[in-house]
Amino acid sequence: MMNYSPEPPQAPGNSALPPAIQATGLTAVRGPRTVLRGLDFTVPRGQITGLLGPSGCGKSTLMRSVVGTQAKVTGTLDVLGRPAGHPSLRTRIGYVTQAASVYDDLTIRQNLDYFSQILDPTRPTPDRRADIDRVLGEVDLTSHADALAGNLSGGQRNRVSLAVALLGSPEVLVLDEPTVGLDPVLRRDLWNLFHSIAATRGATLLISSHVMDEAERCHRLLLMREGEILADDTPEALRTRTGSDTVEAAFLHLVDEAAAHSRTKETSR
Amino acid sequence: MTTRTATATAAATTAADTVPVGALNLSRTTATAARVLRQLRHDPRTIALLILIPCLMLVLLRYVFDGSPHTFDNIGASLLGIFPLITMFLVTSIATLRERTSGTLERLLAMPLGKADLIAGYALAFGILAIIQSALATGLAVWLLGLDVTGSPWLLLLVALLDALLGTALGLFVSAFAASEFQAVQFMPAVIFPQLLLCGLFTPRSDMHPALEAVSDVLPMSYAVDAMNEVLHHTDMTSTFVRDVLIVAGCALLVLVLGAATLRRRTA
Repeated sequence: MMNYSPEPPQAPGNSALPPAIQATGLTAVRGPRTVLRGLDFTVPRGQITGLLGPSGCGKSTLMRSVVGTQAKVTGTLDVLGRPAGHPSLRTRIGYVTQAASVYDDLTIRQNLDYFSQILDPTRPTPDRRADIDRVLGEVDLTSHADALAGNLSGGQRNRVSLAVALLGSPEVLVLDEPTVGLDPVLRRDLWNLFHSIAATRGATLLISSHVMDEAERCHRLLLMREGEILADDTPEALRTRTGSDTVEAAFLHLVDEAAAHSRTKETSR
Repeated sequence: MTTRTATATAAATTAADTVPVGALNLSRTTATAARVLRQLRHDPRTIALLILIPCLMLVLLRYVFDGSPHTFDNIGASLLGIFPLITMFLVTSIATLRERTSGTLERLLAMPLGKADLIAGYALAFGILAIIQSALATGLAVWLLGLDVTGSPWLLLLVALLDALLGTALGLFVSAFAASEFQAVQFMPAVIFPQLLLCGLFTPRSDMHPALEAVSDVLPMSYAVDAMNEVLHHTDMTSTFVRDVLIVAGCALLVLVLGAATLRRRTA
């Protein structure tokens, strides 16, 4: 069902398939605040796109909009060529929220078993079991499979949540700060996993982080600040354009530039 | 070849698009019910409390009214209907509130789970629990405590089960308006106590102030207690009993639908 033949990771000229995510004038309002302010961006298929910016800049709201759980979203937002939140997208997107959304009073395997049944109840049990074993291995929790989720550490619970999102090999993975609170070894392993998912399955990953050193591991970056997108480029191009050594320096450069720009606009009035 | 693939994709999407939102998927519903029961199995103390407390209360009641077995008959039969309603209300409102606050509800609604599947799954799981609870309480009351019923104890069980469903439905519904466990628990006195006072347990409804009697006419618990009393006093199913049962079942269904309407795929 979801086994499209693997397409080349970069296919800019491939007009047959719409981009993984395309937004035009994307605006989201939460309470009195406008959290996203008319964003335009494109997330290409088969690549890892990093969504970076300080906490509270609107990363999670953007991700919730993509998944279709955010209310009061205006503008155009298409995911895999369909409006975000379309029922047919529900099996094609894996989503990990910041808090581990799993049942604490079930074991890891029972959690995965339930979510896998919800994803595709018609799938034969042996297939489902194989899928569960695969994701357990991918997040390195095989040895804990029968532990209650509530007894795990914070980092382990987040990995259970990630494992749920990996079930059924979705075409788009939306991961909200998946590596927060993990030790360096696990972080490296997870990033290796993300790269292999993109390379072997041609899946699209949108990963948010507020740790700038993770930006270097992404194919493309969306830098956000206060509900706006400061830059949409590859890490390399960003560094070259701003004459910086690191993405962090590039980000700071862009923030200063934007501040100076708005100041000149104010004074010229 | 290309055309064929395109047609196949189009056909598949059309099928996915036309699935009615309210349609029930049996496998997803039973998977949800099994999951809810599995969660409970990891919490044996809750199960013990759910099942034993109504029995203990009945024993208590039996000896409180040691001198007047007739009073025990009346109150005991009513309580057999009221217990499942209250316990299922509490358990469901807390369980769904947890589902909302832990983020699992958001995850489920981002997956291909219908709202009706979730609600029906909860109703099924707690319905099974209610059958066990009511069967034990009814059996104990009728065979060991000497509760004197003219009609069939099976009818008592039927009413108890419908009451449990009503409790589940009410719990699901009010959990949408509770932001914390503290608030959810406070909904019990707000939603259940007025019904308890007005249902005819303490005094016949016809003896109440006419305004209160009118209010009690629209509260579902009044009909649950009415139905219990019908079984208590009549050998076969009276038309009043059938009416009462239909009203309780209808209310449970209505509130379940209202509960489904409070689930939102998109939240602020």
